[in-house]
Formats: sequence, structure tokens, C-alpha cells
Amino acid sequence: MATTERYVGSSVPRKEDAELVTGRGRYTDDMAIPGMLWMAVVRSPFGHARVKSVDVSKALGMDGVVAAFAGGDFDWAGPLLMAWPVTSDINNPPHFPLAKDKARYAGDGVAVVVAESRAAAVDAAESVHVDYEPLPAVVDMEAALAEGAPIVHDEFGTNRCYVWTNTNGDVDKVFAEAPVIVKERYRVQRQVPNAIEPRAILVEPNNATGQFTMWSSTQIPHVLRTAMALATGIPESKLRIVAPRVGGGFGSKLQVYPEEALALELSRRLGRPIKWTETRSEGYLATHHGRDQIQEMELAADEDGRIRGFRAKVLANMGAYLRIIAPGTPVLGAFLYCGAYTGEAYQIELTGVFTNTTPVDAYRGAGRPEATNAIERAIDALARRVGKDPVEIRRMNFMPPFTEATQSIGGLMIDSGNYPATLDKALELADYEQLRKEQQARRASGDVKQLGIGFSTYLENCGWGPSRIIGGVLQYAGGGWEAATIRCHPTGKVVVITGATPHGQGSETAFAQIAADELGVPIDDVEVLFGDTDVSPNGWDTYGSRGAAVGSPAVAMAARKVVAKARKIAAHELEVSEEDLTYESGRFTVKGAPDRAKTVPEIAFSAWTAHNLPDEVEPGLEESAFFDPGNLVFPYGAHICAVEVDTETGEVEVVKYVAVDDVGTIINPQLVEGQVVGGVVQGIAEALYEEAVYDENGQLVTSNMSNYAIPAAPEVPSIATGSHVTPSTTNDLGIKGVGETGTIASPPAVLNAVVDALSPLGVTEIERPATPENVWKAIRRAKGGAA
Amino acid sequence: MTALTGRTITRAWPRPRADFPVCTASDYTPALQTFRPQKGGPTLKRIEVTVNGVRREAEVEPRQLLVYFLRETLGLTGTNVGCDTTSCGACTVLLDGESVKSCNLLAVQADGREITTIEAMATDGQLHPIQQAFHENHGLQCGYCTPGMIMAAASFLEENPSPTEEEVRMALEGNLCRCTGYQNIVKSILAASQQMSGAKA
Amino acid sequence: MIPASFDYERADSVEHAIRLLGSRDDAKVLAGGHSLLPLMRFRLARPSLLVDIGRIGDLSYVREDGDKVAIGALTTHDAVNTSEALRELCPIVAHTAGEIGDPQVRHMGTIGGSVAHADPASDMPTVLVALEADLVIEGPSGSRTVMAGDFFKGLFTPDLAPNEVLTEIRVPNTAGRGWDYQKFHRRAQDWAIVGVAALDGESARVALTNMGDRPIRASGVEEALAGGADPTSAAVRAAEGTSPPSDPFGSAEYRQELAKVLVRRALERSMG
Repeated sequence: MATTERYVGSSVPRKEDAELVTGRGRYTDDMAIPGMLWMAVVRSPFGHARVKSVDVSKALGMDGVVAAFAGGDFDWAGPLLMAWPVTSDINNPPHFPLAKDKARYAGDGVAVVVAESRAAAVDAAESVHVDYEPLPAVVDMEAALAEGAPIVHDEFGTNRCYVWTNTNGDVDKVFAEAPVIVKERYRVQRQVPNAIEPRAILVEPNNATGQFTMWSSTQIPHVLRTAMALATGIPESKLRIVAPRVGGGFGSKLQVYPEEALALELSRRLGRPIKWTETRSEGYLATHHGRDQIQEMELAADEDGRIRGFRAKVLANMGAYLRIIAPGTPVLGAFLYCGAYTGEAYQIELTGVFTNTTPVDAYRGAGRPEATNAIERAIDALARRVGKDPVEIRRMNFMPPFTEATQSIGGLMIDSGNYPATLDKALELADYEQLRKEQQARRASGDVKQLGIGFSTYLENCGWGPSRIIGGVLQYAGGGWEAATIRCHPTGKVVVITGATPHGQGSETAFAQIAADELGVPIDDVEVLFGDTDVSPNGWDTYGSRGAAVGSPAVAMAARKVVAKARKIAAHELEVSEEDLTYESGRFTVKGAPDRAKTVPEIAFSAWTAHNLPDEVEPGLEESAFFDPGNLVFPYGAHICAVEVDTETGEVEVVKYVAVDDVGTIINPQLVEGQVVGGVVQGIAEALYEEAVYDENGQLVTSNMSNYAIPAAPEVPSIATGSHVTPSTTNDLGIKGVGETGTIASPPAVLNAVVDALSPLGVTEIERPATPENVWKAIRRAKGGAA
Repeated sequence: MTALTGRTITRAWPRPRADFPVCTASDYTPALQTFRPQKGGPTLKRIEVTVNGVRREAEVEPRQLLVYFLRETLGLTGTNVGCDTTSCGACTVLLDGESVKSCNLLAVQADGREITTIEAMATDGQLHPIQQAFHENHGLQCGYCTPGMIMAAASFLEENPSPTEEEVRMALEGNLCRCTGYQNIVKSILAASQQMSGAKA
Repeated sequence: MIPASFDYERADSVEHAIRLLGSRDDAKVLAGGHSLLPLMRFRLARPSLLVDIGRIGDLSYVREDGDKVAIGALTTHDAVNTSEALRELCPIVAHTAGEIGDPQVRHMGTIGGSVAHADPASDMPTVLVALEADLVIEGPSGSRTVMAGDFFKGLFTPDLAPNEVLTEIRVPNTAGRGWDYQKFHRRAQDWAIVGVAALDGESARVALTNMGDRPIRASGVEEALAGGADPTSAAVRAAEGTSPPSDPFGSAEYRQELAKVLVRRALERSMG
């Protein structure tokens, strides 16, 4: 059946919802297989310790325990995959699933037990006796680089992992000559991603064939398959990896985890299905963390505030081991320490540092929130220095609007941008004049609760990514293309198979919208399959805001190939030439003879029976496409945040938040808004609530959801969103990414607002997160330490 | 059985219908127990719990948490585990009609009582108005916190059928979501409250 | 997440519970379980026997009793919060019960369970101390009554023997008296970083949450008020005698400064 309904551009309700609102979604922990055994990992309680011995005898004697192993009982085919050696001389310690001689962070696995029930596995893990010799731990990056620091990986003799630099223009000259230099120091604090679904793994062996199926709460089944082959030696052709319903990722499930390799290897050894689920507090140690940078940001400017140069020195915490793209996540932001602004010179020096902490890797924004923090707060510091308003300083420094590809001083070839336009729109949406009036009134009356307004006019790069560039220029070991197959069934139903692996974004619906429009079929006739390497053999999965920007064009390309083939068949059946046919809404019509037509579903049937196909055309109506973008995509926007600060307690409340974003063509407005709001709220949480804190012994002090404050509904505001659409030229659908823009933009908007609120008190900077105590401290410091 | 919308729920499983894709528990291989009785371990306790209108009997270890009893003994995997500090609310179910966090109850505490889980909300292939509202208002993304949100909302709307936005936000203080930023969840619950109080009137 | 193994018995009366509790060294009472089970799930508490008193029918009530209001120990926080009687006769208790945890926690957690747990970060103990409430305890040798101020002896240390059961909380009728409870926390579901209970009256009473190893009477503040000081001057003495913790939610120093602000606000609201 064909349809004239158009889906792209409308807020089609999600296909995903039917099973999710009824509790029928199958997440990994929902599944059970007869004969299944439970795995539990024994973890080092110490931040740094020699593992002298591991005694599993008590565990083995317990009822229901099937096996127990220490690190030394495994002989891995290879280490866990690290796919982004950003420099040729990077210190890359091989990382194996269990530690052998030394535990390097609290949570580092040293032994594993397997038992017949979840509870028995926990009891058994508790009774494994490990003899540790605690060593001094180092958790602070500057301390880790200092003389005499405890060394995390002895073989390197240093905790320096790599130094990556990028310089454009004559930086030294610009900084030497500039009349105004602003130098700021920022700390982007460590985050615990906290996807609400804890990680879980289930492996099923086929003992006869040597094939394995692994269900994992992962964002990357395709990459994981290769990584598992490398670690265990089991060939990829024998591995099927399935990401079932996954309860959020935010980058924390863009990973190859020790537990995945362990579960697979144990399944092979024991010939039984193996299940593992982390507890939340276990996940706080065992699932990678995000952010953790120390930044020195400098701007060289004229007296009037026009920026000439940008210089950033950044320390990026790798944690105790290098995970899959850990060295590269800071690099993702390394071209953005100039934001959307012009200049003549740009330099960044990025140093990766090992510490005795949970490994750090991608977390929503991956490198770009860090960069945006630096530039958007430094430009406010510049504004204060030269006595300009934060709106004015941005306007005067923006790259002027452009529609042809333009190189930024940071080194990005940006497709198009109109930065003043989103700022104008945001100012209007926020009723900026009124906010300033309110602020003035409160300042005049000396109100305990002061109002502050903060801006973040961000630019980012995403849609990972053009394979030649990310591989050739950035040393990324993987590719950035995406694949799609479209199969038209004889009954007219359509199956879209994508190599993307959405986990909440709604890509299933978005891709169906695209396919339905291209093929003129009702969206309910379109099934989107993903996440299973047997079903979708090719793909680079979902992260880095690439689902829409790279996955969608692949779907469209495959659909157009289907249409091209169908046109040949239709022309043949209608006994006209292809040029005599028009195609619209799934219908090939003979020009001038509107009743002579064939629909795509009809052609699907013909292609299947193959009774009357043109000679050169093969049967079937199914096409695949691989889309490798030529560039990244560059969403941008303007966010304005108004906060109320209680100057007595330091409490901050966001009272207004406006987000105007240009994310290119919008497939589904409701889904885009959902991504923006979700991302903004996560960024507000980062600015005001969340910090993963270690003590000097490498103990994670904020160790669970009760003392690490992820906000709930009463704690966060409503977000007003606006959009501005400039189609991207990186793909012909014009799509940019939106998955991470909110989290990239919002923290500086919030923090700038807090500083703005307190500027009459002499406050010029605020520590992240702006907790009540940190705000109170800033006020006290400004008052000269008087209580 | 507490009436959630003026209807008494008498049947446990929504019957599958052609127009509404629903899987039954038999689609899964049988659930394994979280807890296997250990030799010399504690005495098992016999409990009788009415779950989604159906009386269920089982022998449980005292330490078995209600959430695992529901998920693994009964195969009702819609209720999720999201944390271990009673913080996130993904495990929210109704106990005698009131929302509770099933990860912080022992199965034995539910003996003789009535539990309602997400699986009971849709009936006869029809979504409950709260579920329908979540769908229409994009109140979910990954869906993991959603059953808990819906059950918390069901309990709340029973007590406060016409809430303000602020009241809805406060009612969700015990339910964490990482995807949506809460805005559309609040919108969904407000829409559901209007639908439900309109339907009653 | 999964507790260590334990035995479980259900008590059908208070006497039965006392006998069961006496049968083992490390038996613990299970009421709503919302103070105990979180600890057991981290295996920080590992009692070998749980005595479930949750089904003892006549321990959940709110009754006016002369110039007092008697609250059964098994009354849930939600029932305390929504009790018409308490809202009228002792509104600080009704209000504060609604500040505990979240709705799901309030549907199960009991006033007795929370009080007997003696966590200095809990709200209700502070309010009871400010009210000078009486706590009724049943044990093998009968019934005794302890004043709230004497009940909380230290960190998780109530004046409650392992084989005793807290059965009733008796609060004064405070109708007509000004009151306020300030709970400062990051998230609505969180424990108080600092809390302040203030009761106006002939002699004002002020008590603090999470400023020591038990609810702390702000006696410096009370003294200043008795001497005629206004809220601002009295509040300056808020941190006297306190030893607040330093944790991810705040340093001891910040808490002491915060206490001054919150005490002032609580006094302004209860006296205004």
C-alpha cells in the first residue's frame, strides 16, 4: 500500500514506545537462559596496591559456586581494545580484563567467581581472600605529573600518557603584542555518567559449533565484536553481539569492558551461559567516568575586546588505564577552544595523565563541553576586563555569517554558520530586557536572592565522522561511515536495517520516517532493525551525535537505490522508458497517463516473483548503502540562563533557561526537542550538582546515587527551546547532530549566570560545580575572607 | 484491588491482540531464581501475594528483595533495578495501591498483600491513559525509568487528580531520569491527569 | 544490593516481638524497613534474624490524649503527614513527615522506625527533641517512657535495648504555637545537609539536624532568645556545641555558617 503522507519534519510519535511504556522492552538483565550461571567480580578496595595473592578456596567450597579465577588464570589473546592512539609516542599500557600483579584503581578487578544464583555469586565474591599491599595513590593530575609522584604504570616511569598539540598562526607574536591578556584557570570536574540502566551482560555459548551470542547493554555491538575477537581469540565470524533495549548510554556504554571479555571467556571455559549485572555502586567504580580536565585558558585581545589569539593548556585525566577512545575524547574538543569566534592565532597543548582512578572516557559531549567551558567563560572574563557586556563581546568576536565552507582559526572547516542569528533569537525568547530590569531592581533593593544572566554561544563538531580525516589526521583507528539496507517485502512492508545502535534517541522512528517518505509507504509498514550483528552486519553504531547525521543519509541513500531499481522495473512493466516516468510518494506514473502507474510495494512483489524483469535487473528489491561523510557537522546555538542565587546560603536555582539551536534539517521536532532538553538538564546537573570526588588514597567518596547528586524533577527547570535551521552541506539531507548540543552548551551558561548574579559582591569566578558551598566560598573570598 | 481509574483490574495479563503488539511471559525462557536455597541456609518462607490480580504462591528466601521476586520468580521484568540506594525509583510498583520502591522491600513483606506492576496498566490491548500520555508527549527516551515513572504517577494521581506542574515535579522527587530532563514526563502526567479527570466527569 | 542471609519471623504482638528479639544476640526489628534495609543491602548491617513487627495491627494510629497526641510507632510518614489530627494539633510533626525521603519511601517508612534508627541526619528525631516529646518503649520488664532529648545517645545509638520495641511517640499539643522546620538539602529526596526545628512559645525551642552525632538542641540560641534577643542576634549562636560532619554535601565549616542562616529564618517564620 502506498501513501502520500509526509513524515519527515513532523513529530511522529515513536515506534519504540509501544513496548517501552508497557514494560515489555527487553533489557539485558531481563533475559534468562536455562543453565545460566552468574558472574561476580572481586574488586580492589584500594586505589593502588600490589596484589600479592588471591585465595579462592573458600569461595569454591561454598554451595552453588561453580568456578573462581584470579587474573593470573587467564591467558588473553590480546589486551582490551584502545582505538585512538592520538600520538605516535603515546604511552599505551596493555589493559587486561583482570589485574594480575597490581591493582591500579579502586574497583580494578582482581578475581572473578561464577555461581548458580545472583545471591550465591555475591556471597562467593565476598569470601575471596586477596592479600593486598597498599601503595601510595595519586589522584590529582598536577600531583601525578610532579616529581616523586607514585607511578601508575611502572614501565613508563611517568604518569604522562601523551602530549598533543595544535597550533595555527603565530601564537607567540600575537600574545606578545596584545595589550590585553586574560588568563583563567578552570577545572572541569569528573562526572559519573549514570545511565539509569546499570550495565549487564549475558553470553550464550553453542558448544557444538563454537559460536557465541553476547547480549550486552552496549552502544557499540559492532565494535565490540571486533574487540572481543581481539581479546579472546574467538573469531568475529563466530561471534554474534546484540544490544537489546539499552537503558541510556551517554557515552558510558561506548566501551569495551573487562566484564564483557570475562563473561565471554568464562562461557567458553565452562560451556554455560554466563550473566553479569553491575550494581549501581559497583558501576560507579567499574563503568567509565567523564570529563576531568584542568584548563589554563588565555585570550589575547585588543583594548576594545577584539580577540586576537587563543591559547589553551589542558590536562586530561585518563584514569588508571586507557579505554577505547580515552586519549581522543579531549581531542574531539581540541579545535573548539576558540568557539565561534575569529582570531589570528590558536594553540592548544593537551596532556593526557594517568592517575589511580576509574578510567575516564567519552561522556555526552566528549571533549566539547570541556572546550566550551573554557572559551565561553573566558570570553566573559574578557568582557569584565574591558568593561563590555557579555552580549556585545560575543557579537564583536563572532565569525560573521557564512554560507560557504569556512576555516575557523581552531582548524575546522565549518560548512555554514550564522551565530548572531541564534543569539538574537535567544535574546528575544528570553525577554532579555526584562531579565536585566529584574536584575537591576534586585540589586537596588539589596535582595537576598540576586538574579544573574549567563550566556553560552556554542559551536561544536560532531556527526562522527569522515573516515579519511578522523583516521588520517586524527589517528583514530576506526571508521566513521554508516550503513543501511532497505528490503522491500512482497507484501509491501519495508525493513530498514541500520548499522546505528540507538538507545533512547528515537532513531528507529526517525529512520522509518525517512524510508517511508522516500518509498511512499505508511510508516507503520516500516520496520527498523538494529543492534544485532547477525541482523545488521555492518555499522559503526551510535555515539558522537552520529545517528541522525551519518545514519540517516545512509538510510536515504539505500532508499534512493531502491527507488532507482524500482524505476527500471516499473518502466519495463509499463513498457515506457525510465524518463517517461515521474516518481512521487511511492508511485511511478507515466507522464501524461496518470492512471498508468506502479507503486513501490507492487514493484516489490514483481521483483520477488521475477516473472517479468528487465534482462539486466536481478530479482528482489533490496539495496544497501554506505555513507561516509566528507566532513563533520557543526551545530551551534545560543543558550541563555537566568539564575537566582541565595546570597546567604549559596543555593542556586535556575529560573529561566532558553536554548536556541541550529541543528540543520529536523526530521522529528519532538525528538529534537527531547534531545535538547535532556542534554541541557544533564549540563545543568553538571554545572550545579555533580562531581565525582576522590580522596587522597584513591577512594571514590561520592560512591553511589545517594551521595552523588543527580537531580530529580523538582531540582531542574523547564527549558524553552527555539530553533534556527541552516541545512548542513555535509550530507544532502542537511542534518547536523543534536544528541550532545545541550550538554555542551549549558554548563557555561549556568556558571556565567552565577558569576553575573554575584558580580556586585565582587565575585569574578566560581568553581564547578556551583554547589551552595562553592558559591558561599566564592562570596566569602570576594569579601576578603570575612565570614 | 485498588481502582486506578474507576475500573477494577481483575486479570493479570493483557491479552495480545492483532492491533496492539504485546508479548506474553511465555515468550521468554523461564526465569531463573535470584536465590537458590543453600544447604544449611535460612528457612524458606511461604508467601502468598496477589500480583496484578492473580494470586501467586511461592517459597522465598527471607533476603529475596521484592523486585527480584517480581522480575525473576514471576518473570515480570517490566519493573527495573536502577540503583542500590533506594534513590532512582525505577523499581516503583504499587503495594495495596500505593507507590513503593520494590528494591527496598523484602518479598516476605508483601505476603498477603496486593502488588500492581507496569504489566497491569494496559488492559484489553488498550494503553492506560498515563501510558498513552507518555507516548503522545514523548515522555520517554530509553524507557528504563518509564515503568517506575508511570507507577509513581498512577499512585500520585489517585491522591491528587488535578495537580499543578510544581506538584507533579515534587511527586517525582524519588524517580530519576537521565534522558528526558523531566520536562516531557511532567507534561505527560499533566495531560494524563486532564484526560483522567475529564473521563470521570 | 543483596543482603547477607538471615532468618525471618513475623511477630503477631509486641510481646511476641520482644520474645523473638530476645532469642538471638543480633536480632533486629523490621518495621517499614526503610532505615534498616538500605544498610543490609550494602551488608553494613548483618543481623541473623529479622523480627517483622509490620503486621502488628494496633501500632498505627494518631490519637488525641489530653494535652498530648499519641502516634503509634508503625504509623507511616505518609499517614503522619496527612493526618488531620496532627495537622491541627501538632503541625510541625505533620509537616516534617512530608519532608522525609520521597512519596514511595513515605508510604512504607514508619515514624518509629526512623526514630529508633537514631540517624542524626533524620528530620523527625530533631523535631521530637525540640518538642520534648515522650517515647514509649516496651521491653521484657514492661513499659518505660523516655524523653526525646534523652533517647538519642549518639550516632545510631538510641536508648533502646536490642530486645525492646518503641511502640508510641507522644507529642505535645502545639496548636496556636508558631513553628518552622527548615530543611536545607540539594535534592528534595535527600537527607538534610542541615535542618532546623523551631517552636515558638513561652520558651522557644530550637533543635538541629545533622550537626552532630544526634539531634542538637541549640541551647545557645534558646538562651539568647530567653534573654530577649531577636532572631538575628540569637541565630549567631547557632553553631555552639555542634560538631557537624564533612561529607560530599558540605564541609563542617559551611554547615556551621549555614546553621546560623537557617536558624534565623526558622525563628523569623516561627515567631513572625
